[in-house]
Amino acid sequence: MKTVTLTIDGKVIKARAGEKLLWAALENGIYIPNLCAIREREEPDASCRLCWVEVEGQSDPVPACAIGVQEGMAVSTKGEKALALARAAFELLMASHALDCAHCQANGRCELQKIAKVLKCSLKPKRLRLLLRDLPVDDSSPLFSYDPNKCVLCGRCVWECRKHREKAIMGFAHRGFERRLTTFADEPIGADRCLDCSECVKVCPTGALTLK
Amino acid sequence: MPGPDILAATEQILSAFTPERPNLIPILQAVQGKLGYLPRSAMQAIAGYLRIAPVDVYGVVTFYNQFRLNPPGKHSVKVCLGTACHMKGGYIALDAWQRRLGISPRQTTPDREFDLDTVACVGCCTMAPVTVVDGKPEARVDPTRVDGILLSFGREPPAKDQK
Repeated sequence: MKTVTLTIDGKVIKARAGEKLLWAALENGIYIPNLCAIREREEPDASCRLCWVEVEGQSDPVPACAIGVQEGMAVSTKGEKALALARAAFELLMASHALDCAHCQANGRCELQKIAKVLKCSLKPKRLRLLLRDLPVDDSSPLFSYDPNKCVLCGRCVWECRKHREKAIMGFAHRGFERRLTTFADEPIGADRCLDCSECVKVCPTGALTLK
Repeated sequence: MPGPDILAATEQILSAFTPERPNLIPILQAVQGKLGYLPRSAMQAIAGYLRIAPVDVYGVVTFYNQFRLNPPGKHSVKVCLGTACHMKGGYIALDAWQRRLGISPRQTTPDREFDLDTVACVGCCTMAPVTVVDGKPEARVDPTRVDGILLSFGREPPAKDQK
């Protein structure tokens, strides 16, 4: 298989030709914040706007999940322009996140905490007013709870749900700020569905889906 | 409309389409064109026919403003929230409609008299804030005008608001 050589933050790495920059970096131990990226997906969603990097020779930052690796590429994950964009996206996410780390099951393994650390910014947005969604928590399943107020709409669970079932239970519905992870007709997950599967909980980067 | 009719109408429409995902929106439009809205059982039948998850049909239906989940009311009230109407207090008009009709946007009053919807510009910004009532744009709609319009439909404002 053809490989290409590139440098990320000065570190020389080899990657499969055609591989996206984000996966090449992650495989080589270089963390770039990301939420919506799903490796098996043919086309990246590129919707979380967190994986900004700067590529030498290009004036504007690019999302690492959507850019293929190229021979001799020189990438920086720490450029100020890229970090400014990623921080803005992160703050927008956190402006409608029900922040309650102390009581959250995801505390310690939460990717939002990790991203805040990498971007060197606070979990509480500084420049934005909080706009919380205040949706009811779905506690109806005996296996797991779903708190939409902690969901970042990354779509990992939606992807996972489609992988493990013939007919997916979870999906996105509604539009704009109302958009949320939900079920057909916004019904509770209920005591009888999803009893043999909780794969969605495993991939949730936040405390939105948690095992009971 | 009782259940069997909904399914019969849906199935008749489905038979005119091949079971492919790109047909989802044309199917939804045809079913809504026939029934006036998209009942739960129709959405399930469509999902079954296209071999996709019901939640995916629901996602599309709730994304587009043109699709409705409940039967239409006798009169339609569409509050414009375009830029000009927004600046001129479109939300105040919407709020007044919501309070008077006791429903949220995309809902119908329990007596099936009124539908409440929002639109993003109807193209007559000089009349802002605009509410389109049964296809007719009403200019400069403030809460008093909302009461006036409702009065013309024979709805008295609640007594406690009358001084």
